[in-house]
Amino acid sequence: MSASTEITKPGGYKRTTVFLLGSLLPLALLVFWQVLGELGVISTLLFPTPVTIAKAFGKLAATGELWEHFRISIARAALGFFLGGGFGLLCGILVGLFRRTERAFDPTVQMIRMIPSLAVAPLFVLWFGIGEESKVLLIAKGAFFPLYINAFLGIRNVDNKLFEVARVLGFSWFKQLIRLVIPAALPNILLGARLSIGISWLGLVVAELMASTSGIGYLMSDARQFSKTPIVFVGIIIFAVVGKLTDSLVRLLERRWLKWRDNYQG
Amino acid sequence: MSALLDIRQLSKTFHSGKGSVSALQNINLAVKEGEFITVIGPSGCGKSTLLKIVAGLDADYDGSVKLNDRQVTGPGIEKGFIFQEPRLFPWLTVEKNIAADLSLHKPEIRKKVDELIKLVRLKGFEKSYPRELSGGMAQRVAIARALLRNPKVLLLDEPFGALDAFTRAHMQEVLLDIWQQNKTTMIFVTHDIDEAVFLANRIVILKPRPGTVQKIVPVELLFPRKKSSVAFQELRYKVIGEFEKIEELELVDSGAGI
Repeated sequence: MSASTEITKPGGYKRTTVFLLGSLLPLALLVFWQVLGELGVISTLLFPTPVTIAKAFGKLAATGELWEHFRISIARAALGFFLGGGFGLLCGILVGLFRRTERAFDPTVQMIRMIPSLAVAPLFVLWFGIGEESKVLLIAKGAFFPLYINAFLGIRNVDNKLFEVARVLGFSWFKQLIRLVIPAALPNILLGARLSIGISWLGLVVAELMASTSGIGYLMSDARQFSKTPIVFVGIIIFAVVGKLTDSLVRLLERRWLKWRDNYQG
Repeated sequence: MSALLDIRQLSKTFHSGKGSVSALQNINLAVKEGEFITVIGPSGCGKSTLLKIVAGLDADYDGSVKLNDRQVTGPGIEKGFIFQEPRLFPWLTVEKNIAADLSLHKPEIRKKVDELIKLVRLKGFEKSYPRELSGGMAQRVAIARALLRNPKVLLLDEPFGALDAFTRAHMQEVLLDIWQQNKTTMIFVTHDIDEAVFLANRIVILKPRPGTVQKIVPVELLFPRKKSSVAFQELRYKVIGEFEKIEELELVDSGAGI
């Protein structure tokens, strides 16, 4: 039958089609925005047109100023993420594995989790100074919790029947951890990593807006004071794009490490 | 010849908030090395409980269970266990599932895993993930995983219960093949009379409430067995006869209760 050849398999689209589909909405929005700005419907001081923003970007990039701030921001976010996320993963695994650690540790962690970063940011500056430490630690505090909670949840979701198999096969404690617990909790751990990365970006902005002389957040707060709105938008776009890229990186790992899963793929 | 597995005066009582229920009472059974025992009985007769105790998964019992003259106190690789579901690790390929906690990089493990894959007829599926396997194939992986550890006894808890009739017949032949090649002692729990007669050297018939041995029926038919043969059918009727006796007893019991 000729009709059967025209059926498109779900998810069988070409790469370019997928990309175009994803960029349709943002592109339409940009054009709409530019037109509104040109027509004078919206204030170009509050909403500089995409072309103005692009020009501001070009200028900052040309002087090399942008890359310097960018490099500093990335380093802070990465350090904070690995510090807080790594520690969160470790604690989450320990609390997930042992009921006793859960009872001793979890209530305190949940209490600290509820304290907003903004509330403790001034204290962090007082305690750790205005330098890098306070910023990195503020980011780390945010990055800790998503990985902690998801690692814990992932471990508690491991099928008890598989633990019975591990007992029958005589797994050592260590083998049980690396062959059973970690792989089974990996979907949750990767989800936690994605959320932690997002929180790291948020923490970065808080830290750099608060007290800083460098970084993308500083660039934005400085521009805001002098009403250079195009630069504020440049900062926003950088956060959005880099945030999406790091998220895609984790999703790439998900696809590679979780290919054994047999779930609904949409 | 002394028994490989020696069960004496085994009793098991489940305690709950509502009181206690006797699951097994005074079970005596001696299994010789290389024997194929099937355990059969109506649901609730404690056949799975018996198997869990022998496996060491349930250490809370009265009486003695000895494997090679050593009291069973916990699970271990000398007692292989096959569950009703394959229970494979979904993130590992077939060969890695068989190896499980052992490393395929060791040449002797690699060699044994390859041999077992051939034995359970899974050649070509070494790199497949469990989600790509049928129920029968997955259960064969589970059997290979247990056999890699050279168990003294293989305990099978209704392993083919979830399979369709054709796959089940095929799996029974695969298992007999393995048994004849490896000489592994087997204890096989089932609720299927044909299966029990087809596989066993001896059939242990349990009756429920509390679980006790109703009768042990020796099966002297030669392998390969034909399910349509007269001798097979005669044995089958004998086992069914024992079940009918259990049912009559139950009726008398419940009648006395009124």
